[in-house]
Amino acid sequence: MWQVDQYRDPQWVSQLLDRLHAQAGLLNNTRSHPFRIMEVCGGHTHAIFRFGLDKLLPQNIEFVHGPGCPVCVLPMGRIDSCIEIANYPQVIFCSFGDALRVPGKTGTLMHARSRGADVRIIYSPMDALQLARKNPDRIIVLFALGFETTMPATAITLQQARATGITNFYCFCQHITLAPTLRSLLSRPDTAIDAFLAPGHVSMITGITSLDFICSQYRRPLVIAGFEPVDVLQSVLMLIEQKIHRICRVENQYKRVVPAAGNRLAQRAMEEVFTLNGGSEWRGLGLIEGSRIRLTDSYAQFDAESYFHPAEQQVSDDPRARCGDVLTGRCKPVECSMFGSLCNPQHAVGALMVSSEGACAAWYQYRHKESVYEES
Amino acid sequence: MKRVELAHGSGGLATHQLVKDLFIRAFDNPWLSLLEDQARLELNDFNTGLHRLAFSTDSYVIDPLFFPGGDIGKLAVCGTVNDIAMSGATPRWLSCGFIIEEGLPLAELERIVDSMASAAKRVGISIVTGDTKVVPCGAADKLFINTAGIGVIPGSLNWGAGQIAAGDSIIVTGTLGDHGATILNIREQLGFKGALESDCAALDTLIAPLIPVAGVKALRDATRGGVNAVLHEFSAMSGCGIEITERELPLSPAVRGICELLGLDALNLANEAKLVIVASGKAAPVILSHLKNHPLGVNAAVIGEVVSRPGVRICGLYGVRRTLDLPHSEPLPRIC
Amino acid sequence: MCIAIPGKIIACQPDGYALCDIYGVLRDINIMLLGDVSVGQWVLVHVGFAMSVIDETEALATRDALQTMYELDSDVGILINRPLRGKDNVAG
Repeated sequence: MWQVDQYRDPQWVSQLLDRLHAQAGLLNNTRSHPFRIMEVCGGHTHAIFRFGLDKLLPQNIEFVHGPGCPVCVLPMGRIDSCIEIANYPQVIFCSFGDALRVPGKTGTLMHARSRGADVRIIYSPMDALQLARKNPDRIIVLFALGFETTMPATAITLQQARATGITNFYCFCQHITLAPTLRSLLSRPDTAIDAFLAPGHVSMITGITSLDFICSQYRRPLVIAGFEPVDVLQSVLMLIEQKIHRICRVENQYKRVVPAAGNRLAQRAMEEVFTLNGGSEWRGLGLIEGSRIRLTDSYAQFDAESYFHPAEQQVSDDPRARCGDVLTGRCKPVECSMFGSLCNPQHAVGALMVSSEGACAAWYQYRHKESVYEES
Repeated sequence: MKRVELAHGSGGLATHQLVKDLFIRAFDNPWLSLLEDQARLELNDFNTGLHRLAFSTDSYVIDPLFFPGGDIGKLAVCGTVNDIAMSGATPRWLSCGFIIEEGLPLAELERIVDSMASAAKRVGISIVTGDTKVVPCGAADKLFINTAGIGVIPGSLNWGAGQIAAGDSIIVTGTLGDHGATILNIREQLGFKGALESDCAALDTLIAPLIPVAGVKALRDATRGGVNAVLHEFSAMSGCGIEITERELPLSPAVRGICELLGLDALNLANEAKLVIVASGKAAPVILSHLKNHPLGVNAAVIGEVVSRPGVRICGLYGVRRTLDLPHSEPLPRIC
Repeated sequence: MCIAIPGKIIACQPDGYALCDIYGVLRDINIMLLGDVSVGQWVLVHVGFAMSVIDETEALATRDALQTMYELDSDVGILINRPLRGKDNVAG
């Protein structure tokens, strides 16, 4: 396990923190306004909370947890459509575990399972295709969720389905792309974000230039970061160094995994299977133009919505929920009036409490009964 | 393939044949062979000087019925044996009730019953009374087993959560989450192979050397909800807080791998032969030494301590403490 | 969206799969996103697919950068004073 453990080595972490604290002292204008780094990936949110990295940072640097959790931003109405499809007796509905407890208006996929729907947890989209091969008399539907990290897996699966003539396999496509949302966020006048920690596994697929516009257009430094504590802290250090030297560029901290050009085979598969078509609703953020992923015409035969025609569902969030403000860094989870009382992991009202990597769920899990903080 | 039919539960000839040819043959003891409506146990069979019984029951509904490291039958014997043994008692007798779904292959039932007989023989207990019901297809999920057990508690031994006090040490007897990770992988057909195996076993011989050790406060086996659930139970029942250290948690590489891959925490995964022991700080080294001398305790470790500030907390790799909440329901695999 | 874990290829299988050892658990992993892999290579595994080959040279470079950072006392900006390669606003 050295491949992971070396990037969690307490000695390296300690040395990075020493350096961070030293360099943080050289940052200007952070007395009243800390240097705010937005991370846009649930994996980063989880790592930060799990290892307590935000507690170890210098006082004038803080993390803001951005809209990088595809489960959190999943509109409730989409779950209702999934449940409608799952309720057909001949359907085996396959989903990643993350989505099973997301509530729609009619409940969760887990509730549907307990009422008799054949809902199965899968680890890989190819497992769903295998189910289709083994059960020719059933209809298998894959709930395809996630950003560019997961899209290539869905793409290859659909390519294989077509190549092997599978006709009882469908895809409910809920993939979304991150860049338009970040653009929308940065276009707002009140966005107080100074720098970005970019999701290393998205860049592993897309390459390191897909988020160039954050530097070139919006003048925020960006580091493509891995997910272990050493990766996150080294990336923060790189951002601070840029700030100190008044530099604004994309840097790749995660070079051992992220090639500059990304994964060309993955990009080609995605180009063949998916197309960007119109806007998509992001729960807590509203409609984001140019973020909706659909299947291309040559893969339309696998589109679950075209086959099942689930009813269009519009479900509104509780107006008291401040998910959008938390997602855009305008407030912390604990500053929402519903946090912890009306909205908690047992009874998740808002988008960010639903998934365990959502900013509010992570804050609740790791922070809400305020823990004693102790430096190592 | 021969299957269990409704007739096997009707009380008629089919039932008698099943009881005689399968249960009596496998469990093989004088009490059961009498075929009375009850087992008649001599009070003189208890050792003198002992004046309390430990009495426990549990139902086993696990799916799948067979898994690496065991099956529902072995679980049904070991699970109740362990519940008895938590009090320091020596388990003596078990009852066993079967609810069988019509259509279950007889060969599977035989395999399970033989497994129960082996487990009971290894522990030195007898399954002395039982019951068999067969329900229509769909009314049960293959097989449910209930076992209840009796044991005798030695002397004035008074282990229990009420003894727990700030300053006590918290010990686990081995690696976390082996059973839960194994079952999750099979039940959800996640496709992982290799070193995943349930830790299902009887713990009575692991516990026996601890009986004379002064300073043992409470024992609990960490089944559903994992070690985390037991820590919360101990904390709630004692009114004390608990702080554990992440670095000290024993984990097998395979379970760690599953947890990293699926975004799970081994603290929340079920075990079938792991104890959480609370003991005075002074007694901890002696207890650890006893545990490590037993095959089921080689990975035993002190993982934390009882404190006065309420709540359950974990100290992470870099010294930051955070609250350890109890999940509302069974954690599911994540990819995100 | 990101749980991806390093695994080691221990055998190539037919039809675009390889047997991968991930901390002692084994799984057949789809390698169609990488083309060819060889036994002994470390790859990053996400949802049953190998998504990237872990570059040992770059891993060493990261560790060296950390070591250098610590050894050079007051050298501010060591991590960005490296030769630029590729596009204008991209370092490294």
